[in-house]
Amino acid sequence: MSAPPAITVTDLVKVYGSRTVVDHVSMEVAPGEIVGFLGPNGSGKTTTIRMMCGLLTPDGGSGKVLGHDILRAQRAIKREVGYMTQRFSFYEDLTIEENLRFVAGVYGLEKGAVAQALADLGLTSRKHQLAGALSGGWKQRLALAACIMHRPKLLMLDEPTAGVDPKARRDFWDEIHERAAEGLTVLVSTHYMDEAERCHRINYISYGRLISHGTVAEVVAHAGLTTVILRGGDIVAAQKRLRGQPGVDQVAPYGTDLHVIGANGAALRRAAEAVAAETGARLIPAETGLEDVFIQLMGAAQDNMS
Amino acid sequence: MSRFLSFRRLFSIIAKEAVQMRRDRITFAMMLGVPLMQLFLFGFAINSDPKGLPAALVATPEDRFARAMVSALEVTGYYRFTHPYVSAAEGEALITRGEVSFVVTLPTDFGAKVLRGDSPQILIEADASDPAVASGAISTLGTLARQALTREAGTEAETQAQQARQVDVVVHRRYNPEGITQYNIVPGLLGVILQMTMVMMTAMALTRETERGTMENLLSMPVTPIEVMLGKVLPYFVVGAVQVLVVLTAAKLLFGVPFVGSLGLLLLGVLIFVMALVVLGYVFSTLARTQMQAMQLTFFFFLPSIMLSGFMFPFRGMPTWAQWIGEALPLTHFLRLVRAVMLKGAGVTDVAQPLIILTGFALAFSALALSRFRQTLD
Ligand SMILES: Nc1ncnc2c1ncn2[C@@H]1O[C@H](COP(=O)(O)OP(=O)(O)OP(=O)(O)O)[C@@H](O)[C@H]1O
Ligand SMILES: [Mg+2]
Repeated sequence: MSAPPAITVTDLVKVYGSRTVVDHVSMEVAPGEIVGFLGPNGSGKTTTIRMMCGLLTPDGGSGKVLGHDILRAQRAIKREVGYMTQRFSFYEDLTIEENLRFVAGVYGLEKGAVAQALADLGLTSRKHQLAGALSGGWKQRLALAACIMHRPKLLMLDEPTAGVDPKARRDFWDEIHERAAEGLTVLVSTHYMDEAERCHRINYISYGRLISHGTVAEVVAHAGLTTVILRGGDIVAAQKRLRGQPGVDQVAPYGTDLHVIGANGAALRRAAEAVAAETGARLIPAETGLEDVFIQLMGAAQDNMS
Repeated sequence: MSRFLSFRRLFSIIAKEAVQMRRDRITFAMMLGVPLMQLFLFGFAINSDPKGLPAALVATPEDRFARAMVSALEVTGYYRFTHPYVSAAEGEALITRGEVSFVVTLPTDFGAKVLRGDSPQILIEADASDPAVASGAISTLGTLARQALTREAGTEAETQAQQARQVDVVVHRRYNPEGITQYNIVPGLLGVILQMTMVMMTAMALTRETERGTMENLLSMPVTPIEVMLGKVLPYFVVGAVQVLVVLTAAKLLFGVPFVGSLGLLLLGVLIFVMALVVLGYVFSTLARTQMQAMQLTFFFFLPSIMLSGFMFPFRGMPTWAQWIGEALPLTHFLRLVRAVMLKGAGVTDVAQPLIILTGFALAFSALALSRFRQTLD
C-alpha cells in the first residue's frame, strides 16, 4: 500500500464561452514526486493548475488535492499548497521585505520566517528595494521564495524559470530535488526540455487534452518515432528534398547535422537513404529526443482539431 | 471567529494597504487636496427660491381665522402645511428634526382677538439653517397675513376689518438668524467631501489588484472575503478622520460656522456614514473590472448625491420624485444629521432616524459586498 496521492483529479473540464479549454484531464501525482506539465502555448496548463489549487471552479470533473476536495475544500487547499503564478503577481509597489512580510502574516508564520527567506534568497542587503525594480529573473526568485515560505506540502509552479539564467535555473532545480527528497510534491509547468528531463514524470497536454504521460523514456518510447541524422554533404539541398517525402514528418537542421524524424520507420529510412546518397551525406541512426516527440504530438493534435 | 476573521491576517492586509496608500503620492495628496479645494469653491453661496416647503401649524382647529391664514399662506406657494394643528412641543420637535421648514403659531385666542379688534400676533419660526428656505417665504408674510384677515373679517363687520389690519407678524429665523449661506454649505461639505473621496478610493480596492494581476496571488492565499473587505476599507477611516478634522477646523476658522451640538454625536454620525461609504466603494470595486469603470460608477453615484441630497437645493423644495431618490442616498441622511447637530444642537433622539438609516445602509452594503466577492478567478 503506497501513500495516498498528493493530487488525483479525474475528467477536469473548463469551458470559456463555446471553447472547451480543458477537456477531461485526469492526473495523478504521488507524494514526493516531481511532475512536469508540458504543452504548447494556450493548451490549458495554467487553467488546469488553477482548478487544482482552488482558483477556478471546474465545469466538470472532480478530484482531491492533498486529500481535500477541489470543489468544496478550496480554502484548505490554499493553506497547504504553494502556488507560483505564471505572471509575477506580488506587489510591485511594496519592497521585497514588505511582500514577504505580507505573505508571512497571511499564513500566520512566526517572526523569523521573513528574515530566513531573505537570507535564503541572498536578498537581505536589498530587502528595502521595491519589488517592481527587480529584474525579471529576480522577480521569479522572489515569487518562488514567497510561495515556499509557509512550507507547503505541495508546490504548483507555473513556468517558474521563464527568463531565469542557467545558473539560477540549475540552483532552482537542485533545490526542488532536495525538497522532494524531504517529501515535498511538485507539479511544474515548463517549456524547457532539459527541465522536463529532470522531472520524475511528465504530462503532456495539447488543446486541453492530456495526450501523453509517464517517465521521459516512456513518453519517448510510446511515441514510437524513428530518428536518423544526415551528416555532411549538402544539408540545404537535403532538407529541401526530404520535406514532404513519405515517412518524413520532421526535418530539422542542427549545425551541420540534419535530424529526420518520422512515425513510419521503414518509409523514413528509405527516403533518408535515397537523399543521403544524392547529397553525399552520411546516415547515422539516433535516439529520438523529447522535443521531437512533443513537436510530433503538437502536429498530430492540430490534425485532430481540423 | 478564526475561520472567517483572523486578526493577524486582517492586520497584514491593513498594513499592506497602508504602505501602498502612502507610496501612491498623488492619490495621497488628493485626499487632502480635494477637501481643501471643495471648501474654497463651495464657500460661495448657491441661492435659490424654493417653493412648497413643509410647514407645521400650531393653532386650534375650530378657529376659522386660523383656517383663513393657512389657506392664504398656502396660496403663496411657499408653504405646504404637512403638519396642521400640532402642539407647540410637536412643532418644536418637527423643526429640530428638519421635517418642516416652518412652524406657524397662532395664539389660542387668535380669532377672538381679531373679532375684538385687538392686534393678534402670528409667530413664524423659519429654519434658517438653510437660508434659501427662509428668504422668499418670509418676505411675503407681513402683507399677506393682513390681506387674509381683512378678507375673512370683512364678512363680519367693516369696522373690525379695519382693526384687523393691525395684526403683528413676528418672524423668528431659527438657528442662523443672519441667513449666512456658509453656515449651511460648510457642514454639508463635510458630507460631500467624505462621499467623494471615500467612495472613490475604495472603489479602486479590488480593481487595482485585478488590473495589476496581483488578484491571482491574493486569492491563492488563505484570506477570507471579510478579511479582504475590512483590510481594504479600514485604512480609509484614517483618511476620513483627517478630512473631518480639516473641514471642521476650516468651518470654524475660515467661515466662523457655529458648532452648538455635541462633537461626540457628530463623530458617531461621521463614523457610521464613512462605514457606509467605504463599503459602498468596495461594492463598486466588486462590480467594476477596471479602475476606469470604478471611477465611472463613483461619479454615477456622486452626481445625484450632490444634487438631490439637499446639499445644493433645499430637500423639501424638490419635486416628490427627486425626494424619493434623495431618500435612497446616504448623503441625504448624513446632511440632516450634521446640520441638526452642528447648527441646531440636536440630541441623540432628534437624529436617531438618520443614524439608524445610515447604519442600515452600512449593513446592507456590507452584505452586498460580501455576496459579490468572488473567491475564485472565474
Ligand atoms: N479567463 C479566460 N477567458 C477566456 N479564455 C481564457 C481565459 N483564461 C484562459 N483562456 C483560454 O484558455 C486557453 C488555455 O489557456 P492557459 O492559460 O491555460 O494556457 P497555457 O497552457 O497556460 O499557455 P501558456 O503556455 O502560454 O502559459 C487559452 O486559449 C486561453 O485563451
Ligand atoms: Mg500558462
